[in-house]
Amino acid sequence: MSVEIKTTNIEPLRQTFDHIEVRIGKGKAATRYQEAVHDFQATQNFHYRPTWDPAFDLFDIRRTRIRLDDFDQLIDPRQYYYAPYTLQRARQQEAQDNNFGLIEKRKLFEAITPEWQDRIEHLVLPLRHAEWGANTNNCYISAYGYGAPFTSAALMQAMDRLGIAQYLTRIALALEGGQQMLDRIKVAWLDHPDWQPMRHLMEDAMVTKDWFELHLIQNFLLDGAVFPFAYVHVDQLISAQAGIGYGLATEFMRDWYAESIRWTDAALKVVVKFSDENRALLNSWVMAWEPRVREALAPLANAAFGANAAAITEAIFAELSARRVKLGLAE
Amino acid sequence: MAQPKLSLKEKYQLMTRGLDWETTYQPMDKVFPYDKYEGIKIKNWDKWEDPFRLTMEAYWKYQAEKERKLYAILDSFSQNNGQLNLSDARYMTAIKLWLQGITPLEYYAHRGFAHVGRQFRGAGARVACQMQALDELRHAQTQMHAFSHYNKHFGGFHQANHLRDRAWYLSIPKSFFEDAMGAGPFEFVTSISFAFEYVLTNLLFMPFVSGAAYNGDIATTTFGFSAQSDESRHMTLGIEVVKFVLEQHEDNVPIMQRYIDKWFWRGYRLLALVGTMMDYMLPRKVMSWAEAWGIYWEENGFALFNDLSRYGIRMPKYHEVATKEKMHITHQAWSVFYTACPATGFHTWLPQPYEMDWLSDKYGETFDRFYRPRFELFGQMEKAGNRFFTNRLPLVCQTCQVPDFFTEVDNPMKQSVRHYQWKGMKFNFCSDGCKDIFVNEPEKFCQAYIPPQQIYQGNAGGARTLPEYAAWLRCPMGSEAGDYYSSDDYQNWLKWHGGKDTTPSTAAA
Repeated sequence: MSVEIKTTNIEPLRQTFDHIEVRIGKGKAATRYQEAVHDFQATQNFHYRPTWDPAFDLFDIRRTRIRLDDFDQLIDPRQYYYAPYTLQRARQQEAQDNNFGLIEKRKLFEAITPEWQDRIEHLVLPLRHAEWGANTNNCYISAYGYGAPFTSAALMQAMDRLGIAQYLTRIALALEGGQQMLDRIKVAWLDHPDWQPMRHLMEDAMVTKDWFELHLIQNFLLDGAVFPFAYVHVDQLISAQAGIGYGLATEFMRDWYAESIRWTDAALKVVVKFSDENRALLNSWVMAWEPRVREALAPLANAAFGANAAAITEAIFAELSARRVKLGLAE
Repeated sequence: MAQPKLSLKEKYQLMTRGLDWETTYQPMDKVFPYDKYEGIKIKNWDKWEDPFRLTMEAYWKYQAEKERKLYAILDSFSQNNGQLNLSDARYMTAIKLWLQGITPLEYYAHRGFAHVGRQFRGAGARVACQMQALDELRHAQTQMHAFSHYNKHFGGFHQANHLRDRAWYLSIPKSFFEDAMGAGPFEFVTSISFAFEYVLTNLLFMPFVSGAAYNGDIATTTFGFSAQSDESRHMTLGIEVVKFVLEQHEDNVPIMQRYIDKWFWRGYRLLALVGTMMDYMLPRKVMSWAEAWGIYWEENGFALFNDLSRYGIRMPKYHEVATKEKMHITHQAWSVFYTACPATGFHTWLPQPYEMDWLSDKYGETFDRFYRPRFELFGQMEKAGNRFFTNRLPLVCQTCQVPDFFTEVDNPMKQSVRHYQWKGMKFNFCSDGCKDIFVNEPEKFCQAYIPPQQIYQGNAGGARTLPEYAAWLRCPMGSEAGDYYSSDDYQNWLKWHGGKDTTPSTAAA
């Protein structure tokens, strides 16, 4: 038996907005995600060309060379609108904060010898600047991309990168002499030969005009190399020597990466599937940029793994290649 | 750890500052191509005081807490048919205008702050703008969700996106924000963060949210309270931006003064719609437009500009015109809406007797002499079965795009029109303020997409008459447009209330 509560019943006139109904069919109830993202961006009758870029409309499909008949197809498989996004990150933040609390309480970083602290400083922590670059690039995608589903997710991606840069800062500050270390890390990012190909690539990405090309460079190629390198392979190397504390400090990054590539890949898949022209274009972008990513990773892999560097690098790029094949791109 | 504990401020500094770097493989001017062409000179971005001082960890934590509470209330609101507790269904016209006209601005703000969050050279300024970009996305989406339930039970919401880019009255807010976004990054933050969010925000946000509270609209009130702490952060950013730019270089002062003049006037003209909402669309009144203008501009605004005078900033040009107009514009605007409602996505009506008295009380002789007779005449026409609807498209101002219903400040019997010849074309304006804005930037404002002209050129589905245009807007009389008392909304409202008309008989909540 169930309890029946009597309430006023009023038949609704409709289930959702017209622009959602067109997408999901008449009489169907929309999800909050659908109502939060679809057709928010104006598409026509713009009043003025932007003074900062008068060749284009405020929102303009010509800012990328990929073509889609509907950019709102670039939906987020995580269905992130603001509420589920912040709720999910708040949960992760709480877990990560507990990890840092545990590291401090149990003095877990004291197990890290000066030699291994130096390696963390050299191999991982300069990524806080690369994360700032990733923030810049995703903010670009959010500002100049087309269609609210993709550009809103890109802003969340940008803010996530600021968050990761701040977690890397927190790791530095939890280590011995952390504040001075932050200054040295920046010098390494600016001048150390091992980091220069990475910084060069990042700065070239930062002047890339095509926002979807930038998505492929930053979120697919660069992240696809850097995250497995720094937070899987280097993590294992350091954890083997420095105890469990270090792995606790980078947990957020691994979880975040596994989640964010669902969004990254979903967009690539839609674009590749739409036309052979898109596929060819994406393949040409991979051809142009992947060697640069390999070049950027090489000195860091050598510094981390010496004789094993080639094998580990190959494993990382094989994984990226397998993702490409799954998306319908060339190996 | 052996390290000394850091204060929150120090920790925040380390978390954000120093993340950025001077690029060398690509020139800085190529990485940040847009932050110099306005002529604003920034000597030292590090002088930027971060107004929010929020790390992402803190941001996620606080914002998630607010979202949790907000959506719990929205769920309960729709589960319990919260629309039944409204003061009167006439109130829905205010919320229809919000979804059609203001929610899109939240989205524009999201994109605009992403744009400046990418383009400013200083890391602190960028982070502040990025956080606001995310907040604005929140506001756009939570408004959509707060109004989603109303959409199921009233007209005027379901085709809001269609109207956004097509309806004549919505080109007022649309052109406002596209003007701001298409301007340089410093003008954008001055227009939105300072002029709109700091100087004029209490004339936008307060009337809508208080209006919601006074009229039993739990969904909107809850959203408003939830957004309030975001808005205070945005206000802080607004004043911080202006002080920072003014302190950086004396050459910035005349440029900023021009922006402040322009955006005070642009914002003020946009607020004519809000004032009309306060005086005419709220069955239960919060305060009159004239009162709000007195408190939030004449008192608070004057004090602010007193403060800014030490930077060499004076009061915005034409502020005294705005103050003189406060007794007139809302009555003039409602007359236009009342007569032009067949080509809108909302319903209008004549003020009820208790509202006529309230208007007399608030506007005294101005109302009784110039506007009461007009509404009484409309009332007689209604009684005679001859409700007055306009059958032509209005002349709209080239700058603010408001139909030119304004009158000369010292003569309410004379329409205020200004003209300007530019490149062999004649342009029309509602005021000296709007004309000046055009004269400063004719290349920009000559591009404006002026709805009546576009309609006559056949760019509204070939519509030549008002009914054809209304059909193209998907706004038939009854369900979407026309007089409230012959609308489906009114019929449904009676049905839900057992046939009882709930029109209040007093303005007090």
